[in-house]
Amino acid sequence: MGQITLQNVQKAFGPVHIIKGANLEIADGSFVVFVGPSGCGKTTLLRLIAGLEDVTDGKIFIDGKNVVAVPPAKRGLSMVFQSYALYPHMSVRGNIGFGLKMAGLPRAEISRRVEAAAATLNLTPYLDRKPRELSGGQRQRVAIGRAIVREPKAFLFDEPLSNLDAALRVQMRIEVTRLQKQLGTTAIYVTHDQVEAMTMADKIVVLNAGRVEQYGTPLELYERPANLFVAGFIGSPKMNFISGENAAKYGAATVGVRPEHLRISREGEGWPGTITVAEHLGSDTFLYVDAGPIGTLTARYVGELSLAAGDRVVLSPEPARIHRFDKDGNSLWT
Amino acid sequence: MARMPTRRRIALSTIAAWLVGFLIFFPILWMVLASFKTELEAFAIPPSFLFFDWTLENYVTVQGRSDYLHHAFNSVVVAGGSTLIALLIAIPAAWSMAFSPTKRTKDVLLWMLSTKMMPAVGVLVPIYLIYRDFGLLDSLTGLVIILCLGNLPIVVWMLFTYFKEIPRDILEAARMDGATIGRELIYVLTPMAVPGLASTLLLNLILAWNEAFWTLNLSTLQAAPLTVFIASYSSPEGLFWAKLSAASTLAIAPILVLGWFSQRQLVRGLTFGAVK
Amino acid sequence: MATRQTQLLARTLLTPAVALLFVWMIVPLALTIYFSTLHYNLLEPETQQFVGLENFRYFLTDPAFLASLQNTLVLVGSVLGLTVALGIPLALLLDQPVVGRTIVRLMVIAPFFVMPTVSALVWKNLLMHPVSGLFAWIAKLFGLAPIDWFNDAPLFAIILIVSWQWLPFATLILLTALQSLDEEQKEAAEMDGAGPLSSFIYITLPHLARPITVVILIETIFLLTVFAEIFVTTGGGPGLQTTNIAFLIYSQALIQYDVGSASAGGLVAVVIANIVAFFLVRMVGRNLEA
Repeated sequence: MGQITLQNVQKAFGPVHIIKGANLEIADGSFVVFVGPSGCGKTTLLRLIAGLEDVTDGKIFIDGKNVVAVPPAKRGLSMVFQSYALYPHMSVRGNIGFGLKMAGLPRAEISRRVEAAAATLNLTPYLDRKPRELSGGQRQRVAIGRAIVREPKAFLFDEPLSNLDAALRVQMRIEVTRLQKQLGTTAIYVTHDQVEAMTMADKIVVLNAGRVEQYGTPLELYERPANLFVAGFIGSPKMNFISGENAAKYGAATVGVRPEHLRISREGEGWPGTITVAEHLGSDTFLYVDAGPIGTLTARYVGELSLAAGDRVVLSPEPARIHRFDKDGNSLWT
Repeated sequence: MARMPTRRRIALSTIAAWLVGFLIFFPILWMVLASFKTELEAFAIPPSFLFFDWTLENYVTVQGRSDYLHHAFNSVVVAGGSTLIALLIAIPAAWSMAFSPTKRTKDVLLWMLSTKMMPAVGVLVPIYLIYRDFGLLDSLTGLVIILCLGNLPIVVWMLFTYFKEIPRDILEAARMDGATIGRELIYVLTPMAVPGLASTLLLNLILAWNEAFWTLNLSTLQAAPLTVFIASYSSPEGLFWAKLSAASTLAIAPILVLGWFSQRQLVRGLTFGAVK
Repeated sequence: MATRQTQLLARTLLTPAVALLFVWMIVPLALTIYFSTLHYNLLEPETQQFVGLENFRYFLTDPAFLASLQNTLVLVGSVLGLTVALGIPLALLLDQPVVGRTIVRLMVIAPFFVMPTVSALVWKNLLMHPVSGLFAWIAKLFGLAPIDWFNDAPLFAIILIVSWQWLPFATLILLTALQSLDEEQKEAAEMDGAGPLSSFIYITLPHLARPITVVILIETIFLLTVFAEIFVTTGGGPGLQTTNIAFLIYSQALIQYDVGSASAGGLVAVVIANIVAFFLVRMVGRNLEA
């Protein structure tokens, strides 16, 4: 079981409020991602749940029990750190088994569970090596092994993939997701990378300046962002925002259109402009268009589109895909 | 990648470096040579460099004299004792400041450093009088106390800079893994800190072994370590150069070996981490 | 940041070290200040009497003070000058590709590990002795009259000995600093057309500015109180020629047993050292933030 509930959790370092009252319900077995720009408080929130920091106010329930006064070791959680935090003087076997040893399990049991975890993570050949003799990806897997071997109520991941190169990151992303589904253990995963958030999460928590901006499934966030911040943060390339007269036509202070929801044509109705940069990826074409008074717009076309910088185009939004926001930046739902 | 230097350049710098190195090392070498000479040869003019009758007589004499062993023993007790006690006091303090810093940590560290800057002569008089009144003059206890306090700031500082380099994540990982503070110290922090502890220990042993202000002023005979024993050769009556050399060689040999091992840490320890 | 529990523990662990150092600093210093206002001689311990600043007047106007202050400054200045001026080229040399660099390094560093009384006596007897010393023999080889170092140039002799002890320190620190100089920086300078000399002036030397300052400050702290070398070679003489402030205070306290005057002198030494320490502490403090 691993059901986690946050009730009005606050954290202040002196006069600085890092977390300004977070309320969340994390269902058992779900994969929840905390995402937001750096300094938004996502790592602090994770550390509060871990017990590595004390809450200033509020309650944290794990399986119905308020744990704010419980030390990290007794919360039954395990954590994968950004730096992996492997014990450099212990072998892979020692690293993975350390938590079990601390729990006082019999040696044979430790050995059995360590070997099972190593087998799951393809680490068996490396069990007797020291961390410094491993590659970045292998160290990452040891850190994960250390987390899973204890069969915790929940895994906490603190930007675990950010030190890996791009190709490995995609591979590990899939591996972590697969592993979590297979084990069925609750996971909380912190990242600043919205692609990781969208691909891995059952539910995403978007944090900004210590506040939960929105909590929902990836598609909810994509299709119905609660406000300008979430709209701008989720999706790549970023959503285009248009304000002023052109937005007023739609009865909003600001309207947003994702690059993939702009139709590109040579002429016709819409927002005319000149291409400043055209990126041809083969699978997609990204156009950066100077649309005069409207500003710079980004448009995405699936497939190849033979346009080049300097060409004039007209961009028109798909009417059903226009997001409208009021003057405070909140979504105007239709 | 740096380029491969030319052979000529290597040859030139090698010759120059060896020459300069030899010149700087020469006084020590000359002393070691003198220790194998007879007293007559030791101050013979012209001096003999290598072709003299090598003899171990001086070492036998020096070792045979009970007072040499007595003073060597004192050096070991004073240097070793003061270092171990300083470590015992400093480890918890450095641990605390490195892993649980507060706003005042920096001030505390700098204040500790400033106690090291206080010139010993400034407090010579009161320390001398306190020691006299408490019967600590010429006692091993007294020397251990004063050297321990004198070097404590350096020990705290060195340990602090080493502990600082241990990632906090790892200690937190241990905490998540269910280790109590005690077990965290035993299983995680101590093994990782061993290299730092070792070099702190070494540097402090060297400093304490060579300390020659307090030892000269606060001990005369009973507790006198080798620094004081060697100084007694300065009296003009006997010109026992060969024996002085033998005693000196024995006095510096262990520290030279330790020093060579710890030379890299030395920079860091003596500059309080300002140069690494 | 940590939890309350660990913070409490941390405070507890810090206390012994802080308390000990506090006592070690405050008690003797307070006593020194107290003694410095007394007429107090150990030979006549009954006649302790408050004399205000009389001891300071006596100490500061004593010709021995001026002589020893001058000796102290000459000693500190010369040793600093010699060790830095020789340390830079030596560090540059050791930074070059040298066959057997480890051994050369060990030879260069060795003097630093020799206890002060040993190095002073080795220099005094084996090298600088006017009849049987090696220097005298070398001088005679060239047909020169041997120098009677400790009579004709006693302060210079001590400067040589102390410089020999501290040259390794300067070299080692500068060498460590040189090795942390980014090789790419030098290559970038070379791409910009800098020759070896301008590369040294514009890249290497600025990089060394900080370690040189550190060397100067730390050596000053130690050199202000050079004691053992003087104690075993000249005993401050001839006359006052090699008496520095540390030795003067020592002789007033433990030879003349004049506690009051020695304490006043001690406070003067503390003030001088504090001026240097102020800059050093500030530098180290700045480094602590980075």
